[in-house]
Amino acid sequence: MGLRYLSKFVTLELDEEKCTGCGLCLEVCPHGVFSLGAGHSSIQDRDACMECGGCALNCPSGALRVRAGVGCAYAIFLGRLRGTEPCCG
Amino acid sequence: MTGQKSCENSSCCGGSVSLEPLASIEDLNPGYLTGWISRASARIPQVATRMTMRDHLDSWNLRWRLGRPVRRVPPGLYAVGNPGEDSPVLVSANYKMSFDRLRSALPGLDTWVLVIETAGVNVWCSAGKGTFNAREIHQRIMESGLQRIVTHRTLVLPQLSAPGVDSNELSRLSGFRVVFGPVRAPDIPEFLRAGMKATPKMRRVRFGFWDRVVLTPVEVMGIRKWAFTGFLVLLAVMWLRERPVSPAGALSGALLGAVPYAGAVLAGSVFVPALLPYIPGRALSFKGALLGLLWALAYAARSYPEVDWVASVPYVLVLPAISSFLALNFTGSTTYTSLSGVLEEMGVALPVTAVAVVLGVVWAVVRAIV
Repeated sequence: MGLRYLSKFVTLELDEEKCTGCGLCLEVCPHGVFSLGAGHSSIQDRDACMECGGCALNCPSGALRVRAGVGCAYAIFLGRLRGTEPCCG
Repeated sequence: MTGQKSCENSSCCGGSVSLEPLASIEDLNPGYLTGWISRASARIPQVATRMTMRDHLDSWNLRWRLGRPVRRVPPGLYAVGNPGEDSPVLVSANYKMSFDRLRSALPGLDTWVLVIETAGVNVWCSAGKGTFNAREIHQRIMESGLQRIVTHRTLVLPQLSAPGVDSNELSRLSGFRVVFGPVRAPDIPEFLRAGMKATPKMRRVRFGFWDRVVLTPVEVMGIRKWAFTGFLVLLAVMWLRERPVSPAGALSGALLGAVPYAGAVLAGSVFVPALLPYIPGRALSFKGALLGLLWALAYAARSYPEVDWVASVPYVLVLPAISSFLALNFTGSTTYTSLSGVLEEMGVALPVTAVAVVLGVVWAVVRAIV
Protein backbone atom coordinates (compact mmCIF):
# COMPACT_ATOMS: atom_id res chain seq x y z
CA MET A 1 0.00 0.00 0.00
CA GLY A 2 2.99 2.24 0.40
CA LEU A 3 1.66 3.83 3.57
CA ARG A 4 3.63 2.98 6.67
CA TYR A 5 3.00 4.09 10.21
CA LEU A 6 5.07 4.32 13.40
CA SER A 7 5.83 0.65 13.57
CA LYS A 8 8.36 0.24 16.32
CA PHE A 9 5.62 0.57 18.94
CA VAL A 10 3.48 -2.29 17.62
CA THR A 11 2.55 -4.72 20.41
CA LEU A 12 1.81 -7.81 18.27
CA GLU A 13 3.27 -11.05 19.65
CA LEU A 14 3.12 -14.53 18.15
CA ASP A 15 3.89 -17.64 20.19
CA GLU A 16 5.11 -20.02 17.52
CA GLU A 17 5.07 -22.91 20.01
CA LYS A 18 1.32 -22.58 20.51
CA CYS A 19 0.51 -21.93 16.84
CA THR A 20 -0.99 -24.89 15.00
CA GLY A 21 -0.63 -23.40 11.53
CA CYS A 22 -4.38 -23.21 10.82
CA GLY A 23 -3.88 -20.01 8.84
CA LEU A 24 -6.87 -18.08 10.20
CA CYS A 25 -4.65 -15.09 11.02
CA LEU A 26 -3.70 -14.85 7.34
CA GLU A 27 -7.40 -14.71 6.46
CA VAL A 28 -8.42 -11.98 8.87
CA CYS A 29 -5.35 -9.74 8.66
CA PRO A 30 -6.09 -6.78 6.36
CA HIS A 31 -2.42 -5.88 5.97
CA GLY A 32 -0.69 -9.16 5.11
CA VAL A 33 1.30 -9.21 8.35
CA PHE A 34 1.48 -13.03 8.51
CA SER A 35 2.91 -15.74 6.33
CA LEU A 36 2.50 -19.49 6.66
CA GLY A 37 5.32 -22.00 6.48
CA ALA A 38 7.04 -24.79 8.40
CA GLY A 39 3.75 -25.75 10.06
CA HIS A 40 3.15 -22.45 11.75
CA SER A 41 2.48 -18.78 11.07
CA SER A 42 5.21 -16.18 11.17
CA ILE A 43 5.13 -12.42 11.36
CA GLN A 44 6.54 -11.41 8.00
CA ASP A 45 5.59 -7.73 7.97
CA ARG A 46 5.30 -6.47 11.52
CA ASP A 47 5.67 -2.95 10.20
CA ALA A 48 2.21 -3.12 8.62
CA CYS A 49 0.29 -4.16 11.77
CA MET A 50 -2.41 -1.71 12.82
CA GLU A 51 -3.34 -3.57 16.01
CA CYS A 52 -6.94 -4.16 15.00
CA GLY A 53 -6.91 -7.37 17.07
CA GLY A 54 -8.76 -9.56 14.56
CA CYS A 55 -6.02 -12.20 14.57
CA ALA A 56 -5.70 -12.48 18.34
CA LEU A 57 -9.46 -12.65 18.88
CA ASN A 58 -9.89 -15.40 16.29
CA CYS A 59 -6.77 -17.50 16.89
CA PRO A 60 -8.14 -20.87 18.05
CA SER A 61 -4.97 -21.74 19.96
CA GLY A 62 -4.41 -18.41 21.69
CA ALA A 63 -1.02 -17.99 20.07
CA LEU A 64 -1.43 -14.30 19.32
CA ARG A 65 -1.43 -11.28 21.59
CA VAL A 66 -1.82 -7.62 20.76
CA ARG A 67 -3.02 -4.54 22.58
CA ALA A 68 -5.97 -4.00 20.29
CA GLY A 69 -7.76 -0.74 19.94
CA VAL A 70 -8.96 1.93 17.63
CA GLY A 71 -6.00 4.00 16.51
CA CYS A 72 -7.98 7.19 16.57
CA ALA A 73 -6.45 10.22 18.24
CA TYR A 74 -9.73 12.04 18.65
CA ALA A 75 -11.33 9.09 20.40
CA ILE A 76 -8.39 8.67 22.76
CA PHE A 77 -8.35 12.40 23.41
CA LEU A 78 -12.08 12.48 24.25
CA GLY A 79 -11.71 9.40 26.39
CA ARG A 80 -8.99 11.06 28.43
CA LEU A 81 -10.96 14.25 28.82
CA ARG A 82 -13.99 12.37 30.11
CA GLY A 83 -12.10 9.64 31.90
CA THR A 84 -13.71 6.93 29.81
CA GLU A 85 -12.36 4.49 27.30
CA PRO A 86 -11.63 5.93 23.87
CA CYS A 87 -14.93 7.06 22.50
CA CYS A 88 -15.75 8.55 19.21
CA GLY A 89 -18.11 11.36 20.03
CA MET B 1 -11.51 2.76 12.47
CA THR B 2 -10.31 1.00 12.16
CA GLY B 3 -10.79 -0.54 14.41
CA GLN B 4 -12.17 3.20 13.99
CA LYS B 5 -11.43 2.99 11.73
CA SER B 6 -11.70 4.51 9.12
CA CYS B 7 -13.08 3.75 11.37
CA GLU B 8 -16.32 2.23 5.40
CA ASN B 9 -14.16 3.24 4.10
CA SER B 10 -15.96 5.81 6.01
CA SER B 11 -14.74 7.67 8.86
CA CYS B 12 -15.03 5.68 11.97
CA CYS B 13 -17.47 6.75 14.16
CA GLY B 14 -18.66 10.11 13.25
CA GLY B 15 -21.72 11.61 14.61
CA SER B 16 -23.65 10.55 17.59
CA VAL B 17 -24.97 7.07 17.36
CA SER B 18 -28.42 6.45 18.68
CA LEU B 19 -30.25 3.26 19.33
CA GLU B 20 -33.77 4.54 19.17
CA PRO B 21 -36.12 1.72 18.30
CA LEU B 22 -36.38 1.42 14.55
CA ALA B 23 -39.70 0.87 12.80
CA SER B 24 -40.12 -2.49 11.11
CA ILE B 25 -39.12 -2.88 7.49
CA GLU B 26 -42.82 -3.22 6.67
CA ASP B 27 -43.71 0.12 8.27
CA LEU B 28 -40.66 1.89 6.90
CA ASN B 29 -41.24 0.51 3.41
CA PRO B 30 -37.94 1.91 2.11
CA GLY B 31 -37.14 2.27 -1.55
CA TYR B 32 -34.82 -0.74 -1.57
CA LEU B 33 -37.67 -3.10 -0.58
CA THR B 34 -38.86 -4.79 -3.77
CA GLY B 35 -41.12 -7.55 -2.42
CA TRP B 36 -41.54 -10.45 -0.03
CA ILE B 37 -40.71 -14.11 -0.37
CA SER B 38 -42.02 -17.01 1.72
CA ARG B 39 -39.65 -19.63 3.08
CA ALA B 40 -40.23 -22.12 5.90
CA SER B 41 -43.40 -20.29 6.94
CA ALA B 42 -41.57 -17.00 7.25
CA ARG B 43 -42.00 -13.90 5.11
CA ILE B 44 -38.68 -12.42 4.16
CA PRO B 45 -38.20 -8.97 2.64
CA GLN B 46 -36.52 -8.94 -0.74
CA VAL B 47 -34.20 -6.05 -1.59
CA ALA B 48 -33.00 -4.36 -4.76
CA THR B 49 -29.44 -4.60 -6.03
CA ARG B 50 -29.75 -1.38 -8.01
CA MET B 51 -29.06 1.91 -6.32
CA THR B 52 -31.68 4.59 -6.76
CA MET B 53 -31.21 8.33 -6.74
CA ARG B 54 -32.49 8.24 -3.14
CA ASP B 55 -29.72 5.82 -2.11
CA HIS B 56 -27.05 8.04 -3.64
CA LEU B 57 -28.55 11.03 -1.87
CA ASP B 58 -28.46 9.13 1.45
CA SER B 59 -24.77 8.41 0.93
CA TRP B 60 -24.03 11.99 0.01
CA ASN B 61 -25.80 13.26 3.14
CA LEU B 62 -24.02 10.73 5.32
CA ARG B 63 -20.67 11.77 3.90
CA TRP B 64 -21.38 15.46 4.43
CA ARG B 65 -23.32 15.02 7.64
CA LEU B 66 -26.32 16.85 6.27
CA GLY B 67 -29.80 16.82 7.67
CA ARG B 68 -31.01 13.53 9.08
CA PRO B 69 -30.08 10.97 6.47
CA VAL B 70 -31.26 7.39 6.69
CA ARG B 71 -28.46 5.82 8.67
CA ARG B 72 -29.82 2.49 9.86
CA VAL B 73 -31.37 -0.51 8.18
CA PRO B 74 -33.76 -2.60 10.31
CA PRO B 75 -31.82 -5.68 11.48
CA GLY B 76 -33.01 -9.08 10.27
CA LEU B 77 -32.85 -11.45 7.35
CA TYR B 78 -33.16 -10.16 3.77
CA ALA B 79 -33.33 -11.89 0.41
CA VAL B 80 -31.33 -10.82 -2.62
CA GLY B 81 -32.71 -12.36 -5.79
CA ASN B 82 -34.52 -15.60 -5.14
CA PRO B 83 -32.48 -17.54 -2.58
CA GLY B 84 -33.22 -21.08 -1.46
CA GLU B 85 -32.23 -23.42 1.34
CA ASP B 86 -28.68 -23.83 0.07
CA SER B 87 -27.99 -20.20 -0.82
CA PRO B 88 -25.10 -18.47 0.96
CA VAL B 89 -25.72 -16.27 4.00
CA LEU B 90 -23.85 -12.97 4.12
CA VAL B 91 -23.73 -11.07 7.41
CA SER B 92 -23.52 -7.29 7.48
CA ALA B 93 -23.82 -4.18 9.63
CA ASN B 94 -26.96 -2.07 9.61
CA TYR B 95 -25.19 1.06 8.43
CA LYS B 96 -27.05 2.17 5.30
CA MET B 97 -23.89 2.61 3.23
CA SER B 98 -22.52 -0.82 4.21
CA PHE B 99 -25.85 -2.41 3.30
CA ASP B 100 -26.03 -0.50 0.01
CA ARG B 101 -22.53 -1.48 -0.94
CA LEU B 102 -23.24 -5.12 -0.19
CA ARG B 103 -26.53 -5.42 -2.12
CA SER B 104 -25.26 -3.45 -5.10
CA ALA B 105 -22.43 -5.99 -5.41
CA LEU B 106 -24.91 -8.87 -5.80
CA PRO B 107 -26.94 -8.37 -8.99
CA GLY B 108 -27.96 -11.68 -10.53
CA LEU B 109 -27.03 -13.66 -7.40
CA ASP B 110 -29.39 -15.42 -5.01
CA THR B 111 -28.19 -14.87 -1.47
CA TRP B 112 -29.41 -14.24 2.04
CA VAL B 113 -28.23 -11.14 3.85
CA LEU B 114 -28.36 -11.15 7.64
CA VAL B 115 -28.26 -7.59 8.92
CA ILE B 116 -27.27 -7.17 12.56
CA GLU B 117 -27.74 -4.14 14.81
CA THR B 118 -24.56 -2.07 14.89
CA ALA B 119 -26.28 1.23 15.72
CA GLY B 120 -25.85 2.46 12.18
CA VAL B 121 -22.07 2.13 12.26
CA ASN B 122 -20.10 0.50 9.45
CA VAL B 123 -18.58 -2.97 9.69
CA TRP B 124 -15.01 -2.12 10.60
CA CYS B 125 -15.82 0.55 13.16
CA SER B 126 -18.56 -1.45 14.81
CA ALA B 127 -16.16 -4.40 15.06
CA GLY B 128 -13.63 -2.07 16.66
CA LYS B 129 -16.26 -0.82 19.09
CA GLY B 130 -17.40 -4.35 19.84
CA THR B 131 -20.99 -3.98 18.64
CA PHE B 132 -20.40 -6.28 15.66
CA ASN B 133 -19.93 -9.39 17.78
CA ALA B 134 -20.68 -13.10 18.02
CA ARG B 135 -23.56 -12.74 20.46
CA GLU B 136 -25.37 -10.14 18.36
CA ILE B 137 -25.03 -12.33 15.25
CA HIS B 138 -26.26 -15.37 17.16
CA GLN B 139 -29.28 -13.45 18.43
CA ARG B 140 -30.21 -12.35 14.89
CA ILE B 141 -29.85 -15.94 13.67
CA MET B 142 -32.28 -17.10 16.34
CA GLU B 143 -34.77 -14.29 15.69
CA SER B 144 -34.81 -14.81 11.95
CA GLY B 145 -35.22 -18.58 12.13
CA LEU B 146 -32.26 -18.97 9.79
CA GLN B 147 -31.72 -22.59 10.87
CA ARG B 148 -35.10 -23.47 9.35
CA ILE B 149 -34.63 -21.36 6.25
CA VAL B 150 -31.28 -22.78 5.14
CA THR B 151 -30.12 -26.38 5.36
CA HIS B 152 -26.37 -25.65 5.27
CA ARG B 153 -24.49 -24.30 8.28
CA THR B 154 -22.09 -21.69 6.93
CA LEU B 155 -22.01 -17.96 7.55
CA VAL B 156 -19.99 -15.53 5.46
CA LEU B 157 -18.73 -12.62 7.56
CA PRO B 158 -17.05 -9.49 6.23
CA GLN B 159 -13.32 -9.88 6.82
CA LEU B 160 -13.21 -6.53 8.57
CA SER B 161 -15.61 -7.74 11.25
CA ALA B 162 -12.85 -10.00 12.65
CA PRO B 163 -11.68 -7.49 15.29
CA GLY B 164 -15.15 -7.75 16.88
CA VAL B 165 -16.25 -11.31 16.15
CA ASP B 166 -14.70 -14.31 17.87
CA SER B 167 -15.58 -16.78 15.13
CA ASN B 168 -14.85 -19.78 17.37
CA GLU B 169 -17.37 -18.50 19.90
CA LEU B 170 -19.92 -17.82 17.16
CA SER B 171 -19.59 -21.39 15.89
CA ARG B 172 -20.05 -22.77 19.40
CA LEU B 173 -23.12 -20.61 19.98
CA SER B 174 -24.89 -21.05 16.67
CA GLY B 175 -23.62 -24.26 15.16
CA PHE B 176 -22.68 -22.35 12.01
CA ARG B 177 -19.22 -22.56 10.52
CA VAL B 178 -17.72 -19.11 9.95
CA VAL B 179 -15.98 -18.10 6.75
CA PHE B 180 -14.48 -14.65 6.45
CA GLY B 181 -15.38 -13.16 3.10
CA PRO B 182 -13.39 -10.51 1.27
CA VAL B 183 -12.70 -7.00 2.56
CA ARG B 184 -14.66 -5.32 -0.25
CA ALA B 185 -18.19 -6.19 -1.29
CA PRO B 186 -17.54 -6.09 -5.07
CA ASP B 187 -15.23 -9.10 -4.66
CA ILE B 188 -18.04 -11.24 -3.19
CA PRO B 189 -19.33 -12.73 -6.48
CA GLU B 190 -15.84 -13.90 -7.40
CA PHE B 191 -15.27 -15.17 -3.86
CA LEU B 192 -18.48 -17.22 -4.03
CA ARG B 193 -17.67 -18.56 -7.51
CA ALA B 194 -14.30 -19.74 -6.24
CA GLY B 195 -16.03 -21.85 -3.59
CA MET B 196 -15.69 -19.24 -0.83
CA LYS B 197 -12.00 -18.70 -1.39
CA ALA B 198 -10.51 -15.21 -1.28
CA THR B 199 -7.34 -14.28 -3.10
CA PRO B 200 -4.60 -12.57 -1.05
CA LYS B 201 -5.48 -9.37 -2.88
CA MET B 202 -9.08 -9.57 -1.67
CA ARG B 203 -7.81 -9.83 1.88
CA ARG B 204 -5.91 -6.56 1.80
CA VAL B 205 -7.27 -3.20 2.81
CA ARG B 206 -6.42 -0.35 0.49
CA PHE B 207 -6.23 3.33 1.15
CA GLY B 208 -5.96 4.90 -2.27
CA PHE B 209 -6.43 8.49 -3.29
CA TRP B 210 -10.23 8.36 -3.61
CA ASP B 211 -10.59 6.28 -0.46
CA ARG B 212 -8.84 9.09 1.38
CA VAL B 213 -10.47 12.06 -0.34
CA VAL B 214 -13.97 10.73 0.23
CA LEU B 215 -13.33 10.95 3.98
CA THR B 216 -12.35 14.61 3.98
CA PRO B 217 -15.88 16.10 4.11
CA VAL B 218 -16.37 14.49 7.51
CA GLU B 219 -13.09 16.00 8.68
CA VAL B 220 -14.08 19.45 7.46
CA MET B 221 -17.65 19.28 8.76
CA GLY B 222 -16.40 18.06 12.11
CA ILE B 223 -14.80 21.42 12.85
CA ARG B 224 -17.64 23.69 11.77
CA LYS B 225 -18.32 24.92 15.28
CA TRP B 226 -14.66 25.59 15.97
CA ALA B 227 -14.29 27.48 12.72
CA PHE B 228 -17.33 29.59 13.49
CA THR B 229 -16.12 30.36 17.02
CA GLY B 230 -12.68 31.25 15.66
CA PHE B 231 -14.25 33.61 13.17
CA LEU B 232 -16.23 35.38 15.91
CA VAL B 233 -13.03 35.83 17.92
CA LEU B 234 -11.33 37.25 14.84
CA LEU B 235 -14.24 39.62 14.32
CA ALA B 236 -13.95 40.82 17.92
CA VAL B 237 -10.19 41.32 17.55
CA MET B 238 -10.67 43.32 14.35
CA TRP B 239 -13.29 45.46 16.02
CA LEU B 240 -11.11 46.19 19.04
CA ARG B 241 -7.89 46.69 17.14
CA GLU B 242 -9.00 48.61 14.09
CA ARG B 243 -12.10 50.28 15.44
CA PRO B 244 -13.46 50.54 11.91
CA VAL B 245 -16.27 52.95 11.44
CA SER B 246 -18.60 50.35 10.03
CA PRO B 247 -19.52 46.75 10.85
CA ALA B 248 -18.88 46.04 7.18
CA GLY B 249 -15.30 47.12 7.66
CA ALA B 250 -14.87 44.78 10.61
CA LEU B 251 -16.46 41.97 8.62
CA SER B 252 -14.23 42.38 5.58
CA GLY B 253 -11.24 42.71 7.90
CA ALA B 254 -12.18 39.47 9.65
CA LEU B 255 -12.73 37.69 6.33
CA LEU B 256 -9.28 38.71 5.16
CA GLY B 257 -7.86 37.82 8.56
CA ALA B 258 -9.45 34.36 8.34
CA VAL B 259 -7.59 33.45 5.15
CA PRO B 260 -4.42 32.14 6.84
CA TYR B 261 -6.46 30.03 9.28
CA ALA B 262 -8.73 28.67 6.57
CA GLY B 263 -5.60 27.67 4.67
CA ALA B 264 -4.22 25.87 7.71
CA VAL B 265 -7.52 24.05 8.19
CA LEU B 266 -7.57 22.93 4.56
CA ALA B 267 -3.92 21.88 4.75
CA GLY B 268 -4.56 19.65 7.77
CA SER B 269 -7.96 18.21 6.94
CA VAL B 270 -7.96 17.99 3.14
CA PHE B 271 -4.43 18.22 1.75
CA VAL B 272 -2.82 15.87 4.27
CA PRO B 273 -5.38 13.09 3.57
CA ALA B 274 -5.21 13.67 -0.19
CA LEU B 275 -1.40 13.75 -0.39
CA LEU B 276 -0.76 11.33 2.49
CA PRO B 277 1.79 9.00 0.82
CA TYR B 278 3.76 11.85 -0.73
CA ILE B 279 4.37 13.98 2.37
CA PRO B 280 7.57 13.09 4.23
CA GLY B 281 7.43 11.55 7.68
CA ARG B 282 5.29 8.79 9.14
CA ALA B 283 3.46 10.56 11.95
CA LEU B 284 0.35 12.28 10.64
CA SER B 285 0.88 15.19 13.01
CA PHE B 286 4.31 15.71 11.44
CA LYS B 287 2.88 15.65 7.93
CA GLY B 288 0.28 18.19 9.03
CA ALA B 289 2.84 20.46 10.67
CA LEU B 290 4.96 20.35 7.53
CA LEU B 291 2.13 21.42 5.21
CA GLY B 292 1.00 24.02 7.74
CA LEU B 293 4.52 25.43 7.89
CA LEU B 294 4.76 25.62 4.11
CA TRP B 295 1.46 27.45 4.02
CA ALA B 296 2.49 29.83 6.83
CA LEU B 297 5.77 30.66 5.10
CA ALA B 298 4.03 31.20 1.77
CA TYR B 299 1.50 33.47 3.44
CA ALA B 300 4.21 35.45 5.23
CA ALA B 301 6.32 35.71 2.07
CA ARG B 302 3.37 37.08 0.13
CA SER B 303 3.07 40.08 2.43
CA TYR B 304 6.82 40.66 2.79
CA PRO B 305 8.34 43.32 2.85
CA GLU B 306 5.27 45.48 3.55
CA VAL B 307 4.63 43.40 6.66
CA ASP B 308 7.57 43.13 8.98
CA TRP B 309 8.71 39.50 9.62
CA VAL B 310 8.16 40.04 13.33
CA ALA B 311 4.45 40.31 12.63
CA SER B 312 4.46 36.99 10.76
CA VAL B 313 6.01 34.94 13.56
CA PRO B 314 2.65 34.09 15.21
CA TYR B 315 1.43 32.62 11.91
CA VAL B 316 4.52 30.46 11.59
CA LEU B 317 3.83 29.11 15.09
CA VAL B 318 0.03 28.82 15.10
CA LEU B 319 -0.79 27.69 11.54
CA PRO B 320 1.38 24.53 11.60
CA ALA B 321 -0.13 23.72 15.01
CA ILE B 322 -3.64 23.86 13.56
CA SER B 323 -2.73 21.71 10.54
CA SER B 324 -0.87 19.27 12.74
CA PHE B 325 -3.79 18.81 15.11
CA LEU B 326 -6.26 18.26 12.28
CA ALA B 327 -3.95 15.81 10.53
CA LEU B 328 -3.56 13.90 13.79
CA ASN B 329 -7.34 13.74 13.89
CA PHE B 330 -7.31 11.91 10.57
CA THR B 331 -5.76 8.87 12.30
CA GLY B 332 -9.34 7.94 13.15
CA SER B 333 -10.21 7.65 9.48
CA THR B 334 -7.16 5.83 8.18
CA THR B 335 -6.98 2.14 7.50
CA TYR B 336 -3.47 1.59 8.78
CA THR B 337 -2.68 3.51 11.99
CA SER B 338 -2.21 1.52 15.18
CA LEU B 339 -3.31 2.42 18.69
CA SER B 340 0.26 2.26 20.01
CA GLY B 341 1.52 4.51 17.26
CA VAL B 342 -1.27 7.03 17.79
CA LEU B 343 -0.57 7.15 21.52
CA GLU B 344 3.14 7.78 20.87
CA GLU B 345 2.32 10.41 18.31
CA MET B 346 -0.13 12.20 20.59
CA GLY B 347 2.39 12.23 23.42
CA VAL B 348 4.74 14.30 21.28
CA ALA B 349 2.39 16.25 19.04
CA LEU B 350 -0.13 17.59 21.55
CA PRO B 351 2.42 19.26 23.89
CA VAL B 352 4.39 20.66 20.95
CA THR B 353 1.32 22.14 19.22
CA ALA B 354 0.02 23.53 22.53
CA VAL B 355 3.35 25.27 23.19
CA ALA B 356 3.44 26.63 19.64
CA VAL B 357 -0.06 28.10 19.96
CA VAL B 358 0.69 29.68 23.35
CA LEU B 359 3.95 31.18 22.06
CA GLY B 360 2.23 32.50 18.96
CA VAL B 361 -0.58 34.13 20.91
CA VAL B 362 1.82 35.63 23.48
CA TRP B 363 4.00 36.98 20.66
CA ALA B 364 1.03 38.62 18.96
CA VAL B 365 -0.31 40.12 22.19
CA VAL B 366 3.10 41.48 23.25
CA ARG B 367 3.58 43.02 19.82
CA ALA B 368 0.16 44.65 19.99
CA ILE B 369 0.93 46.17 23.38
CA VAL B 370 4.51 47.28 22.73
